[in-house]
Amino acid sequence: MILADLAVVIPELILVTYAMAALLWGVFVDQKQKPVGPALIWITSAVLLGLSIWICLTPSGARQAFNGTYSDDPFSRFAKVMLLLSSAVVLFLSQDFLKREGILKFEFPVLTAFATLGMMVMVSASDLMVLYMGLELQSLALYVLASFHRNDARSTEAGLKYFVLGALSSGLLLYGASLAYGYSGTTHFSGIAAATTSRPYSIGLLYGLVFMIVGLAFKVTAAPFHMWAPDVYEGSPSPVTALFATAPKIAAMALFARLLIEAFGQAVDDWRNIIAILSIISMFLGAVAAIGQKNIKRLMAYSSIAHMGFALMGIAAGSHQGFQAMLMYLAIYATMSIGAFAFILSMRRDGRPVSDIADLNMYSRQSPLSALALLLLMFSLAGIVPLVGFFAKFYVFLAAIDAGMIWLAVAGAVASVVGAYYYVRIVYFMYFGEEVDVLDESFPHIGRVTLVASAALMLLGVINLFGVAGVAESAAASLFR
Amino acid sequence: MNSLLSIITFTPLAAALILAAFLRGEDETAQRNVKLLTLVATVTTFLISLFLYFGFDPANTDFQFVEERAWLLGLKYKMGVDGISVLFVLLTTILMPLTIAASWNVKHRLKEFMISFLVLETFMIGVFCSLDLVLFYLFFESGLIPMFLIIGIWGGRDRIYATFKFFLYTLLGSILMLVAMIGLWANSGTSDIESLLHGYTVSSAPISLLGLEIAGGVQTLMWLAFFASFAVKLPMWPVHTWLPDAHVQAPTGGSVILAAILLKMGGYGFLRFSLPMFPVASELLAPAVMWLSVTAIVYTSLVAMMQEDMKKLIAYSSVAHMGFVTMGIFAANRQGIEGAIFQMISHGFVSGALFLIVGVIYDRMHTRAIDSYGGLVVRMPAYALVFMVFTLANVGLPGTSGFVGEFLTLAGAFQVSTWIAFFAATGVILSACYALWLFRRVMLGDLVKAGLREIADMDRREKWIFAPLVAMTLLLGIYPSVVTDMIGPSAQHLVDRLADGPTSAALQVSNYAELK
Repeated sequence: MILADLAVVIPELILVTYAMAALLWGVFVDQKQKPVGPALIWITSAVLLGLSIWICLTPSGARQAFNGTYSDDPFSRFAKVMLLLSSAVVLFLSQDFLKREGILKFEFPVLTAFATLGMMVMVSASDLMVLYMGLELQSLALYVLASFHRNDARSTEAGLKYFVLGALSSGLLLYGASLAYGYSGTTHFSGIAAATTSRPYSIGLLYGLVFMIVGLAFKVTAAPFHMWAPDVYEGSPSPVTALFATAPKIAAMALFARLLIEAFGQAVDDWRNIIAILSIISMFLGAVAAIGQKNIKRLMAYSSIAHMGFALMGIAAGSHQGFQAMLMYLAIYATMSIGAFAFILSMRRDGRPVSDIADLNMYSRQSPLSALALLLLMFSLAGIVPLVGFFAKFYVFLAAIDAGMIWLAVAGAVASVVGAYYYVRIVYFMYFGEEVDVLDESFPHIGRVTLVASAALMLLGVINLFGVAGVAESAAASLFR
Repeated sequence: MNSLLSIITFTPLAAALILAAFLRGEDETAQRNVKLLTLVATVTTFLISLFLYFGFDPANTDFQFVEERAWLLGLKYKMGVDGISVLFVLLTTILMPLTIAASWNVKHRLKEFMISFLVLETFMIGVFCSLDLVLFYLFFESGLIPMFLIIGIWGGRDRIYATFKFFLYTLLGSILMLVAMIGLWANSGTSDIESLLHGYTVSSAPISLLGLEIAGGVQTLMWLAFFASFAVKLPMWPVHTWLPDAHVQAPTGGSVILAAILLKMGGYGFLRFSLPMFPVASELLAPAVMWLSVTAIVYTSLVAMMQEDMKKLIAYSSVAHMGFVTMGIFAANRQGIEGAIFQMISHGFVSGALFLIVGVIYDRMHTRAIDSYGGLVVRMPAYALVFMVFTLANVGLPGTSGFVGEFLTLAGAFQVSTWIAFFAATGVILSACYALWLFRRVMLGDLVKAGLREIADMDRREKWIFAPLVAMTLLLGIYPSVVTDMIGPSAQHLVDRLADGPTSAALQVSNYAELK
């Protein structure tokens, strides 16, 4: 019995074994004489990539382990592949930055591996305890990563801020979970679902649901629970920001989706409007607040808030189609963000990393290919056709309209126009700006390749989206058994 | 030749890729190669599109040259043209080589300039050919990116403001259309324009929204969403304010394409979507649109008269001429619709030529202010002749293409409302005022400005650019059947469908009765 359970979690077991072995290696080797950081970054990325391939090759179908508290289904596999790939690529990208900043310590890949492990647990959790365990494993690793640049005041500040607010949100989530447990008598999602079938179900469960939504809204940076994001994004070292913008978002959003459908699927009408309102506030706040930003990392923070608003629109639709749209949105968003961060990681002037948007002035002259790639990414983030970013928005709008929430789609449409302004402003600096000191020619090859590849994906995806739509559909279908 | 339309659409894009991938260098030879390749590509596109003209059967009102492939989830890659759209494709392919030739002296980032134009051409042709809602939106909206760059990089002094205004205005309009398109798709289950046109009717039962009773129901709401997009694109008064800014700041080539083709997408959209798909709503709202059109005609003509900047004047005159187009379309009779299409084609040549005319002297003097010119006829006789021809065409003198369009749209409007036709007709007089006055201030009088004494007449390249434009303007004016034969049957078909369809006056009355 236990062996059958363990067979379900083999990828997680491999990752945890690897991460602990790597930790021991780092501790026992004298880092002054023989730093293992660079090697570990490569190995960790390779392990993450290998695991994502492993998961791709797992036979389809849904399995459960540990008394149904842990699910391995197409939905979790889709999310796992996305987050493993984005963690791996972010690790690849961060090597150059960390080396230049002198913070290429072996803890970085190890912590990333642990965070990724937490995320994998999150997306598979079918039980409140497992959910919380995964969430905390991820969060604790990320708190440390945020303050990874120990000698930089802003990085430590970011770490502290993230920790305090993250702890608050975990508290809220935990309180909600305890209410849900108290009123349903079980921590198991299917048990909670059974408790919500009778109408009207206990008000305590509803309170539990609301508290859990608030706690998770913190994690996905949905407004109005987003306040930590801009400061943390700005203060953290850029590779960590790149990680924040991708993998944890995917994990938290997938967790959100699974909790709402598996545990509270009967109560769609109760949470749908909460999610819709979170979505509208996020889209507008992300769009409006980003306009005034001068720092590109802060801008990306607001941009991610807006994008999470769009992804939430898919959840708010509450339908199979909506969850498919949400998954596709996350996949496309992660690809775009990684491309954009590949560029941000390379921004330097006189050898120092910079992140002012004005530093991009006339970048197109200095490096036409990278500028063109970034232009495509920005238009894609803004959701302009013919780039793939448009199809991401198109599918969530379609899902919302199908679910009868036309007002939500209209609000999203208006917000996306407001949001287009600041993406286009980056293009403006690159192509129409004034001649000033240009950035250093410091683009590492990996970064340039990633940037161009992600832009090319955005452009060529218009042909058939690389089949992501079909995979996302079967993934979403597995939640609605 | 089943994939003729795809070939026409993507030839410029292929040329742009070749340009981007293989041509390098900043020296003179490299620049010349870039220009020649672009010219050859656009001319080739034009020559291929002639197959379209000669292969097109005007009597057949169905879509022709249809090609269809599966695309993303249920969407289709479907192309095809009918009498309404075929001429716009040709207009685009004719004007592109002329625009490229007119931009021969661009030096600043030439390769990017030519790539932008080639990509833009693909998108423009795609708009007129696509027969799938989302494919249409894709082409319609993608044109924003190259145009944004064209104005923003090669534009005048206030180009940033102009290009942002252009971009955000048009984006807001079209994204509302996108929501309506998704709604249309969700309701009908198909995104195929052909099947939406034949055999699908959007519900027009009155609905109530936030306590407001809406006659025409869903149709009205969708109509308004499409209207938001097309009215901005066309542009109609009062959402035209982006146009003068964009025109003034855009480089000559950009202005030509903007005026001659991009604006026509709005009118085409009305004919392809608003009128046939939402007939009840169109009928309900037609009076409002027609009065907006008349306002545009009179008001922007008056505004044009007072302009000090030549490009701005022509931009306002474009808005006025587009007023005739919307008036004709929503008159919803054969004269009106034929006239509107004719007016759009004619305006494509005339306004394009007028912006080129401004470009000629702007290249020499680097100013567009009207009062820095005067008496040019002395030094530039050939230029004066061309300018005169297009001034008269702009005024709508019989014998030029401008006359036919204005006459037909007015005739169409007259059948609907005498007063609308009456006020619109004053626009014809006003257009004579501003156009002839512009000609007088720039060309006639004594040559007193010192800087103008050495100004040279048009060179051979410029003459060759204008020759086809003059020929087309006169041809369409003297023998309009070239165009009307192509569009006639399709226009009639559209009118018949509107008359037979569920949009009879009876339905409208019953809707009102239900409301009360």
